[in-house]
Amino acid sequence: MQQTVQRKVVSLLVDNQSGVLARVSSLFCRRGFNIDSLTVSATNDPTVSRITITVLANNERELEQLLLQTERLEVTRQVFVLDEAKTLQRELLLLKVAATVANRAELREIASIYKAKIIDLSPDSMVFELTGKPQKIDAFLLMFEGYTILEQCRTGVTALERGGMHQHMQKPAQEIRAAQLPLPGTCCPR
Amino acid sequence: MLLNGSQIFVEVLCEQGVDTIFGYPGGAVLNLYDELYKNSDRITHILTAHEQGASHAADGYARATGRTGVVLATSGPGATNLVTGIATAYMDSIPMVAFTGNVGTSLLGRDSFQEAYIEGITMPITKHNFTVRRVEDLADTMRAAFRIAQSGRKGPVLVDIPKDVTANKCEFTHQQPEQIRTVTTFDEERVAQAAEIINGAQRPLIYFGGGVRSAASCQPLRDLVHKAGIPATYTLMAAGVVPYGDPLNLGMIGMHGCYTANRAVNEADVVIAIGTRFSDRVALKPSTFAKKATIIQIDIDPSEIGKNVDIDLSIVGDAAYILRAMLPMIEPAQHDEWMALIHDWQSHDYHPKSDPSRLMPHQVIGEVCSQCGPEAVYVTDVGQHQMWAAQYLRHAKSRGFITSGGLGTMGFGYGAAIGAQMALGRDQRVVMFTGDGSFHMNLNEACTAVSYELPIITVIFNNQVLGMVRQWQTSFYGKRYSQTDPHRKTDYVKLAEGFGLKGYHCETLAEFQAAFAEALTRKGPTWIECVIDKDEKVLPMIPAGGDINDIIMD
Repeated sequence: MQQTVQRKVVSLLVDNQSGVLARVSSLFCRRGFNIDSLTVSATNDPTVSRITITVLANNERELEQLLLQTERLEVTRQVFVLDEAKTLQRELLLLKVAATVANRAELREIASIYKAKIIDLSPDSMVFELTGKPQKIDAFLLMFEGYTILEQCRTGVTALERGGMHQHMQKPAQEIRAAQLPLPGTCCPR
Repeated sequence: MLLNGSQIFVEVLCEQGVDTIFGYPGGAVLNLYDELYKNSDRITHILTAHEQGASHAADGYARATGRTGVVLATSGPGATNLVTGIATAYMDSIPMVAFTGNVGTSLLGRDSFQEAYIEGITMPITKHNFTVRRVEDLADTMRAAFRIAQSGRKGPVLVDIPKDVTANKCEFTHQQPEQIRTVTTFDEERVAQAAEIINGAQRPLIYFGGGVRSAASCQPLRDLVHKAGIPATYTLMAAGVVPYGDPLNLGMIGMHGCYTANRAVNEADVVIAIGTRFSDRVALKPSTFAKKATIIQIDIDPSEIGKNVDIDLSIVGDAAYILRAMLPMIEPAQHDEWMALIHDWQSHDYHPKSDPSRLMPHQVIGEVCSQCGPEAVYVTDVGQHQMWAAQYLRHAKSRGFITSGGLGTMGFGYGAAIGAQMALGRDQRVVMFTGDGSFHMNLNEACTAVSYELPIITVIFNNQVLGMVRQWQTSFYGKRYSQTDPHRKTDYVKLAEGFGLKGYHCETLAEFQAAFAEALTRKGPTWIECVIDKDEKVLPMIPAGGDINDIIMD
């Protein structure tokens, strides 16, 4: 059994109605999973929302079981763990940093290297906007160790898999689920 | 036609074939109760003493019949009193629909009088729940609730109805009940693989649970047992599915299961788990449970597959369909060497010694069975008496043993017995076993049985203590009896009289025989207090987290 902590990105397609987020998040809470980030928005089908959750899982088996319990909810249409290699992940950061006339120029340089936008300049602060992979945002934030961060807000990960159509709007047929979230005992030992 | 919410409520219940509901009125449901008053010829309403009793009654009704139990309560405390009953049904996958009133939609969320956010409270203990905010949504929401309760893995659904929704009007058209989503598909290839494994097994064992009852797959299961000559063991939730006298019936498995059954699962080379979830009261030590076996798991709920114990082959689907498909592929067999081993273990099974000078649980239960015959339905509370009942009862109905397994709800019994008696009619013999601890939790429901003249016979094992907890304190806590000796002075005969029923006090088997025989002739409810020794234990016992090597036999 795997015991290393792994970051997993889970994508859920759910009914777009009130209370759905509470139902999903309470299951994560019950199994003691801390949600690292979470985004929710309606999809191109207004009756369907997509929830993207990143969790730190130290037990893959427990996560799979949790996802099966999530799939069991009436409001859940589909759950899948995104394949890191095939997935586009993006996050948006807003970062407010204390800035004086003296250090504005160096801050601007960091921003331009990371292609962050300066969206506010006040006499004593600057606000940066940066979009990118979570790792890029982490790296960008590392650059501010010597500066004073006044406020910081990250949206959390939104993610889609590359290519093709990967959107199933109904409860999955067994074979689809078996491919995405294989149940234990799907291949016979003999 | 233009109907108000309350009229729609009654019409949809009738549409769904509901003729009996259990409940308790209150401010938020006055409109609904007014409509029930006008429709008392179509829907029988059973008024309990407490909403918890009503929820257990709806549950007992469902367990006794397989039909959906319905309970109705008012907002706030009425709704929160249902919580234990709903959780009980959820843990045992019992189809139930709970309706709660709520304050008017304009008052929701303002801490109004008798307001509780019951949708939020019951989210983790229902399959699904709804708040109906517009009367236009009421009919379809109720229909969905009934469909969900019975579909797939069954369970409770709650529908919360604010008061103004029960008064507002909208157009209503009758509809046929929605199709229940039956899971008819399964992986046929894997069924063939399973059959192949079973055919090649030397020491096969079937281990089944309550899902077999839910899936109405009792007959195909018995057919599999007999055709393949495979011994079978069951969980608490499936007592009575395979007849007791059957030589292939090894008895119950688990913490208080038979030595043989627990030993067999340890030694088997193939275990076929059907409609069961390897709970911590069965797979007490998941790492060693059925370690030598190839485990085949059949369950309707994918999230149960491999949840607690690693398995080798899973088949997701309805057990009835899967077993019927599997049967033709099964080769008739006998496993003589395996059965010889099992017979040898059976000679080590625990059998309580009878003592005519005392009243002992197995003697009482034996006497009840011989006087009632195999067709009786038995209901239990939770504790030592529940395990004794599971061990010693001999009944023939597959739905003849009603007990709270997963949640282990003390106080479940009386309400459940009322529900079972209402479901099966007053001609059906319903006997409830309880202990003095469980009985004191919900004995108030005796007044309900009196009001409706339900001939429920309650057998109370009175050992003066909270026996199951005390047994653990004896075995694992150095006999430090913390809060398990309540020093109650309850006079059960006088208490019965006060409720308007007949009570008996017995200290010997002869007294019990006479009292029970008399109770059988009475029209209304009775209870019989059986004084037993406080050191009476449930045996055998495998401690939590232990395995067959840790079994306690005396």
